[in-house]
Amino acid sequence: MNEKKHSRLITALLLAPAGVFMFFLLVLPLIVMLVYSFGERAPEGGYEAAFTLNNYLNLPSRSKAFANTLTLAPFATFLTVLFAYPMAYFLAVYVSPKWRVTMLVLVMAPFWTSQLLRYYAWIMILGAQGVPSWLAWIGISDVRIINTPWAVLIGAVYGFLPLMVPPIYVSLEKLDKRLLEASADLGANSIRSFFQITLPLSLPGVATGSMLVFILLMGDYILPQFLGGGKVYFIGNALVDLFLQSRNWPFGAAVSIALVIIMFVTMFFYMRFMLGKTDNRRVAMV
Amino acid sequence: MSKDTGVITPQKFLDELRRYQNGSVTRRHFLGVTGLGLATAVMSAAVPGFEPRKANAAISGTLNFTTWPNYFSQENFDNFTKQTGVTINVSIFGSNEEMLAKLQAGSTGWDVFVPTNYTISTYKKLDLIVPLDLAKMPNYAANTQDPRFIGPGTIDGVTYAVPKDWGTTGFVVNSKTAAQNPTSWKEFWDLIQGPLTGKALVHDYQLTTIGNALKYFGYSFNSLDEKEMADAEKLLLASKPHLFGINSDYQPSMRNGDAWMAMCWTNDGAQLHRDLPEMNYVLGKEGGEIWVDHYAIPKGAPNPDAAYAFLDYILTPDINAKEILAHGAPSTDSRTNKLLPETLLNNPILYPVAELLSPLEFGAAATLTSPVRAEIMARFKAA
Repeated sequence: MNEKKHSRLITALLLAPAGVFMFFLLVLPLIVMLVYSFGERAPEGGYEAAFTLNNYLNLPSRSKAFANTLTLAPFATFLTVLFAYPMAYFLAVYVSPKWRVTMLVLVMAPFWTSQLLRYYAWIMILGAQGVPSWLAWIGISDVRIINTPWAVLIGAVYGFLPLMVPPIYVSLEKLDKRLLEASADLGANSIRSFFQITLPLSLPGVATGSMLVFILLMGDYILPQFLGGGKVYFIGNALVDLFLQSRNWPFGAAVSIALVIIMFVTMFFYMRFMLGKTDNRRVAMV
Repeated sequence: MSKDTGVITPQKFLDELRRYQNGSVTRRHFLGVTGLGLATAVMSAAVPGFEPRKANAAISGTLNFTTWPNYFSQENFDNFTKQTGVTINVSIFGSNEEMLAKLQAGSTGWDVFVPTNYTISTYKKLDLIVPLDLAKMPNYAANTQDPRFIGPGTIDGVTYAVPKDWGTTGFVVNSKTAAQNPTSWKEFWDLIQGPLTGKALVHDYQLTTIGNALKYFGYSFNSLDEKEMADAEKLLLASKPHLFGINSDYQPSMRNGDAWMAMCWTNDGAQLHRDLPEMNYVLGKEGGEIWVDHYAIPKGAPNPDAAYAFLDYILTPDINAKEILAHGAPSTDSRTNKLLPETLLNNPILYPVAELLSPLEFGAAATLTSPVRAEIMARFKAA
C-alpha cells in the first residue's frame, strides 16, 4: 500500500514538469485563443469581449491561403521524402558504421547557421543573377524562380531535409538484415525485396519525418515570405498579417483554431493510414 | 535611513574605492558617485581634442531601438556606445501597423522607436507613448525645425515625439532595363499590367500601396470612401498576378535586377541612386505621400535615462548630419542643413520641386486603424 503510494508520487513528480509546461504553454493559450475567436476587433485593433460567430463565418475569405498551404505543404513534404530517403538509405546501408555519425552530423550542419541567412542566400541563388542567368547561358531564357511556388518548394526541401533524414535513417538502420537474406534465398531480386521488405519496415520513420516537416510547413510564414516574396501566401502569412497588420486578433484566433483542427484531422488520418500499413505487414511477417 | 546627500566625503570616497577594487561596483558607478566622472568630463572639456560629448555617468545597460530598414548611421551608434557605455540593440520593422501591434500587446522592452507622423495621435490616445521631457534633451531645438513637420508630434501643446527626418513616397525605376519613363501613378500601375509585368514591386504596407492605387484614379491618398476604396481594390487585384512581389524591403531585388520598378521612399531612392545612377526616383504627378518620421519613447521603456541621452545625442546637429548622410532622407532641422554638403541640399530626390511637392498629402490617422483598409490589403495579399 505504502509502496504503491510512493510509486504514484514518483509518477506525479516525473510528470509534473511536462504537465506544468503543457498546461501553461499549450492548454491555457488554446483556451485564450478559443475565447478570443468569439470576440470582436476593438476600434483601434486588438480584442474586445463579445460573443459572435462572425469570425468563423468570415473564414472563407482566407480560403486561398488555406488552399495554398494545404497543397504546397503536403507536396513539399512528399518532395522532401523523395530526397531524404535515398540519402538515409545510403547512410544506413552503404556507409561504414565508423563514418555514419560524422555523415549524420554533416546532414544536420545547415542548422548551425540562422534560417534567415540561408533564405537570403537562396534569394540570391534563385534571383535573376543566379540560376536563371546560368540557364540563359545554355539557351533557356526568361525563367523566373524566385517569388514563385517553385522557390518555396526548393526552400522547403532544402530547409527541412535535415529533419527528414534522421528518422528514416533510424528506421532503416534497425532493419533486420536477415529478412533481406531470406528474401534473396526465396528468389526475390533486390528491387522486389526493397519494395516488400525495406520500404514497408521503414515507413514508421517516413511517417515520423513527414509529420515533423508537414506540421512545421503548415505553420510556416518566413519561407513563403522570403522565397515567395508576398506572391505565395500561406495560412501562416495570413495569421501574421491578422495579428500584426490588421490587428484583428479575434479573426486571427478563429483562423488559428481552424488551422489546429485541420492539422489534427489530417494528422489523425495520416497516422492511421501509415501505421495501419506497417502493422499489417508486421503481423503478416510474424 | 540617511538621505543620500550627493556630497562625497573622504571616508565615503575610500569606501567606494574599496568597493570598486573588490569589483562589487562597476567603474561607471564608482565614477558616478565619487564625482570623478564628472570631474574628468569637466576637466577634459577644457582640453581641446579630448572632448566627450556628455558626462553620462548615470546611464548604463542597453538601449533597445526600433526603426525601419537602412535607416541609421552605424558609426553614430558605435560612437554613442563608446561615449556612454550603453550598447544599442536595433530591431527592424516593416510597417507602422506592426509597431502598433507590438506596443498594444505590451512588454516590448523598447526604449526608443521611430513612428511615422500619422500614428502618433493613436499612440497618445491608447496611452502607449510618454510626453517627452525636453529639458533632458537640450540639443533638440523646436524653433529650428521646419514648421511643416512639427505638428504631428505635438498634441495639445505637449511634445510626444520629435522629428527625425522627412521624405516622400514615389517609385524608383531602373532606366537601364525599363525603357519607359513613367511620371505618374497612372503610368506606374499601367506599366505593371503591361510591359513591366513580373518586374515591379509594391510595398507590403497598406498606407502606401492602397494610397498610391487610389492616386491612379486621382482620389485622395487617404480616402476611406467606400466606392473609391473598391476601385483601388479592383486595381490592386488586377495588378497582383503581374507583380514581382509585395515587399517593403525592395532594395535587394532592385539592386540585383530582379525588379525594374518599385514603390519607394526618399531614403531608399537616394541610396539606390547614389550607388547605381540609373535608378531614377520619381514622384507621381498626381501626388502621393509626404511623411515625417519621429523619435518617441514608449510607455514603460526599461531604460528611459539612456533613451533621453540617445535622443539628445542623435539630435545634435553634427551627429544628425551624419545620420542624414548615411540614410539619405532630408533633415527637418535647419541647424543640421547648414552642415550638409551643397550637393545633397540640391539633390532633387531629397528636395523635389515645389509643383511635385504641393499635391502630396500626409498620411491620415484614420487609415492606421481602419479595418476596411486592413482587410483590402489582406485580400490583395491573399489573392
